Amino acid sequence: MRAFTYERADSARDAAARAASTPGAKFIAGGTNLLDLMKLEIETPRHLIDVNGLGFDRIEKTGDGGLRIGALVRNTDLAADMRVRKDYGVLSRALLAGASGQLRNKATTAGNLLQRTRCPYFYDTNQPCNKRKPGSGCAAIGGYSRQLAVIGSSESCIATHPSDMAVALRALDATVETVNAAGQARAIPIADFHRLPGDTPHIETALAPGEFITGVTLPKPIGGRHYYEKVRDRASYAFALVSVAAVIHKDGTGRVALGGVAHKPWRVEAAETAMPEGARAVSARLLAGARPTHDNAFKVPLAERALAAVMMQARTA
Amino acid sequence: MKFDTPAGANPIDRTAVVGRPHDRIDGPLKTTGTAPYAYEHHAEVRNPACGYILGSAIGKGRIGAMDLAEAKTAPGVLAIVTAQDAGKLGKGKFNTAKLLGGPDIDHYHQAIAVVVAETFEQARAAAALIRVDYIRAKGRFDLAEELKTAPLTGNSNGGAPPKEARVGDFEQAFAAAPVTLDATYTTPDQSHMMMEPFASLAAWHGDELTVWTSNQMIDWGRTDLAITLGIPKEKIRFLSPYVGGGFGGKLFLRADAVMAALGARAAKRPVKVAMPRPLMANNSTHRPATVQRIRIGATREGTITAIAHESGSGDLPGGRPETAVNQSKLLYAGANRLTAMRLAVLDLPEGNAMRAPGEAPGMMALEIAIDEMAERLGMDPIAFRVKNDTQVDPEKPERPFSERNLVRCLREGADRFGWARRDPRPGQVRDGRWLIGMGMAAAFRNSSLVPSGARVRLGRDGILVVETDMTDIGTGSYTIIGQTAAEMLGLPLNKVQVRLADSRFPVSAGSGGQFGAASSTSGVYAACLKLREAVAQRLGFNTTDAVFEGGTVKSGNRSADLADATRAGDLTGEDKVEPGDLEKKYQISTFGAHFVEVGVDAYTGVMRVRRMLAVCDAGRILNPKTARSQVIGAMTMGVGGALMEELAVDKRFGFFVNHDLASYEVPVHLDIPHQEVLFLDGTDDKASPMKAKGVGELGLCGVGAAVANAVYNATGVRVRDYPVTLEKHLDRLPGAA
Ligand SMILES: Cc1cc2nc3c(=O)[nH]c(=O)nc-3n(C[C@H](O)[C@H](O)[C@H](O)COP(=O)(O)OP(=O)(O)OC[C@H]3O[C@@H](n4cnc5c(N)ncnc54)[C@H](O)[C@@H]3O)c2cc1C
Ligand code: SF4
Repeated sequence: MRAFTYERADSARDAAARAASTPGAKFIAGGTNLLDLMKLEIETPRHLIDVNGLGFDRIEKTGDGGLRIGALVRNTDLAADMRVRKDYGVLSRALLAGASGQLRNKATTAGNLLQRTRCPYFYDTNQPCNKRKPGSGCAAIGGYSRQLAVIGSSESCIATHPSDMAVALRALDATVETVNAAGQARAIPIADFHRLPGDTPHIETALAPGEFITGVTLPKPIGGRHYYEKVRDRASYAFALVSVAAVIHKDGTGRVALGGVAHKPWRVEAAETAMPEGARAVSARLLAGARPTHDNAFKVPLAERALAAVMMQARTA
Repeated sequence: MKFDTPAGANPIDRTAVVGRPHDRIDGPLKTTGTAPYAYEHHAEVRNPACGYILGSAIGKGRIGAMDLAEAKTAPGVLAIVTAQDAGKLGKGKFNTAKLLGGPDIDHYHQAIAVVVAETFEQARAAAALIRVDYIRAKGRFDLAEELKTAPLTGNSNGGAPPKEARVGDFEQAFAAAPVTLDATYTTPDQSHMMMEPFASLAAWHGDELTVWTSNQMIDWGRTDLAITLGIPKEKIRFLSPYVGGGFGGKLFLRADAVMAALGARAAKRPVKVAMPRPLMANNSTHRPATVQRIRIGATREGTITAIAHESGSGDLPGGRPETAVNQSKLLYAGANRLTAMRLAVLDLPEGNAMRAPGEAPGMMALEIAIDEMAERLGMDPIAFRVKNDTQVDPEKPERPFSERNLVRCLREGADRFGWARRDPRPGQVRDGRWLIGMGMAAAFRNSSLVPSGARVRLGRDGILVVETDMTDIGTGSYTIIGQTAAEMLGLPLNKVQVRLADSRFPVSAGSGGQFGAASSTSGVYAACLKLREAVAQRLGFNTTDAVFEGGTVKSGNRSADLADATRAGDLTGEDKVEPGDLEKKYQISTFGAHFVEVGVDAYTGVMRVRRMLAVCDAGRILNPKTARSQVIGAMTMGVGGALMEELAVDKRFGFFVNHDLASYEVPVHLDIPHQEVLFLDGTDDKASPMKAKGVGELGLCGVGAAVANAVYNATGVRVRDYPVTLEKHLDRLPGAA
């Protein structure tokens, strides 16, 4: 860990302005991801702006019947919120499938969206990694890639985004709300928030330097049955090999987003029209053009089977 | 005392204290966080500096240049030690690779420097400022590839045993057998991943060195540290009173102790070093991967006529094989036999002992093979094992087993587990989306008595103090040693104080190879016999018929308080137990049976254990509570080995990629829903004066295969490559709909 300076921000706008104007500045929320990365010098911020005192810690109804989730709402509180459990069950389930109780108590909504990949080569600073050190190469390609992406990857990077929460948010069509250094607010659809790696895998989101997340909004509830199926080698406390966030209506229509397969939560709206035909039809479209590695080719049939499991539950519920 | 005749009736048989499920006497210290571990000896050493190890960034090659300038001037830095300025260093007897590398690099993350600074954070930050230019060399990183040309090797345990062990004519008998199996199994490299990392605190006083460390074997560690530093052993005091797990990873001197000693010498201050988790898998040792070919031939009635087990593994130059064929020499009868091992040279990190070395991976393979063979014969796997039970060493039939109740373990386990309800046809039982299966395996692990000494002192305060350099690595040594001493002197456990793991105490067995419990308590037994003599003599009693009970000593119709004996001063007894040739005359082993029920998700192929049972035959159980803890811990480790644990090898760069606990998965609580352990009551008078054997490794041997066999019973898809992960059977699962 490199030495850094530290301050507590007074307001979102102030935080954004300070972050944009201070070289090497980063926000710190729960710190559960950032601090680990700093210890390994994968992240080397020179200045930390602590945003924990800024509020943004409530879950409120929006004018159109949706919910606004503050950026600093803890994962535990979000998963336990009665409105979330009732109307956005997929989100609650996804959160509870992630990390551990202790981590969820600290982890925040914004921090969760911005957690970085778990590619093992990204975590070893001796290894080339375009995401950690642009232009150094990608050690994972041709290496140990069981956990990594099967679709949307590039010649530069085959990492996945590890968040469970983000997969549910993608299925729910959430919007990420931000404020920038000039105090301007904007709303970024979750579909556009995370980027594919392309040849700049180090640029992971649509956020501009210093842009601060104030919250996430969910549109009004869409009903249906909500599922989060997370497939992993051990029963808890492990990142997904593949996960399926799904909302399925009585007539078999619905939405589905995948985790563990790409650099961002993976959803193809056009594939969802095939939902009444079953998992095979959906996944054929959802994962069309998948380019898995030798180690992770199983993720393609696994995703289909996990989706089939979810659809079976919806049919028999 | 020399243990060369079977133990007769002795004071331990009374089992007033021994054999009882006493809570751990060190439990309160551990649960209140007041047991000082290696990194926490604040009371003894105030304000030590902190050392941080820099590991090599390449797997094979050499250091061209090292630039320390920036690191040296970083805040708080007191000293940096590299191979260039460490002086001449030796290599410990138990180390294959040097613990401080450079300029030559033997393996990834081999230590190449230690940075000492005022704080841990400063040392870590400065270590990242060291610039190293490496010259990479081509390394041998692919086991399967290197095994193609690897030579046969003997067992590592001294001597020059035959490279193939043969009885009868295997090839001919195998060719003639009407029912045969010829299958290859693989087990991966595994990491010990104990909770407490390697850690040491070193302090020099002149030319004398004290090291508080986390080590299973005090005398080995001390000896190898002396060799490494080139100083007399007598100048080193080596202590390891509490150890947060080792699993064999801490059998040997490792880089933490050497770096702490070198760092302290350079900084002229006590220095403590803990190894960061991401360094552990590649810096230290691991259980080597194996490729095992097993061939079995049998009559149609299920009598094994031919059995061959050949195993290949790899290690650094000068290293050792994983002795995965051991159990196949002894577990089942069969007139024609062959066992052999091959050792490839690899440039991966050093392979070495991990809990039940040899048998753990060997049983993972053999016990699947037995399951496959039973199926080919149309026999129940228990009946097949019973049919091929042997009461003598099949290679040397004149050597009987001292005690062998494998058949009882199998039968009692089957009853208890409800084995009769298992459908032998695989893929038949469903519970919603889950395919349900049951599997079992025999458990087998050798047990040996190794020399172990102790000193006991009965004080005027009525307290009996036991001193031995035995370690307690979370196993319960403190407690069983206390129980032994209490039993021998007829005292309650709370009158015994146990002091362990200090090189000033008599050299003991240490904790390894499941020999620790029986050997170390036998050493205490021997010392207590000496003390009883001293007591009897003081009291004017005849030693041979004196009975120590309830704080009194009785002989004939005379009786005296034990306290009377110490009125004139403390009394001491010191002795050690030494094995005689009983292990030559008898084969001394432990046995068991593992039963497992699993569910396999018909959709995703995910496997979850539902319940487990182990039945163990391991001589006298010294403390059923601590023994049970050993076995359930081992069963948990077995589930890890069966379903998830694997160090992934990067064959291009030569290192284990998943070197932290996020990526090297071990079971969590939710993976282990229900475990039960039964111990057969029995004693083995040829195993040790305590009539006890080991149990800590037995609990692991066979678990993996029992899980794999249960998965097969659930799915009908046989997976022979561990770990059994979902992609290995996903495409062949019975229909999900
Ligand atoms: C052992 C372990 C297991 C885990 N398992 C899982 C799992 O199974 N599934 C899963 O989904 N997650 C898992 N996680 C990840 C966990 O969910 C994240 O670490 C957590 O959500 C991050 O939130 P935080 O508030 O602690 O973020 P921080 O670490 O504080 O910050 C993360 C990033 O977000 C930025 N940031 C924070 N707040 C803002 C803001 N308001 N605006 C702009 N930028 C901001 C920071 O600058 C930083 O770059 C695991 C983590 C650990 C350590
Ligand atoms: S996959 Fe991406 S994160 Fe992993 S090594 Fe390659 S560039 Fe780095």
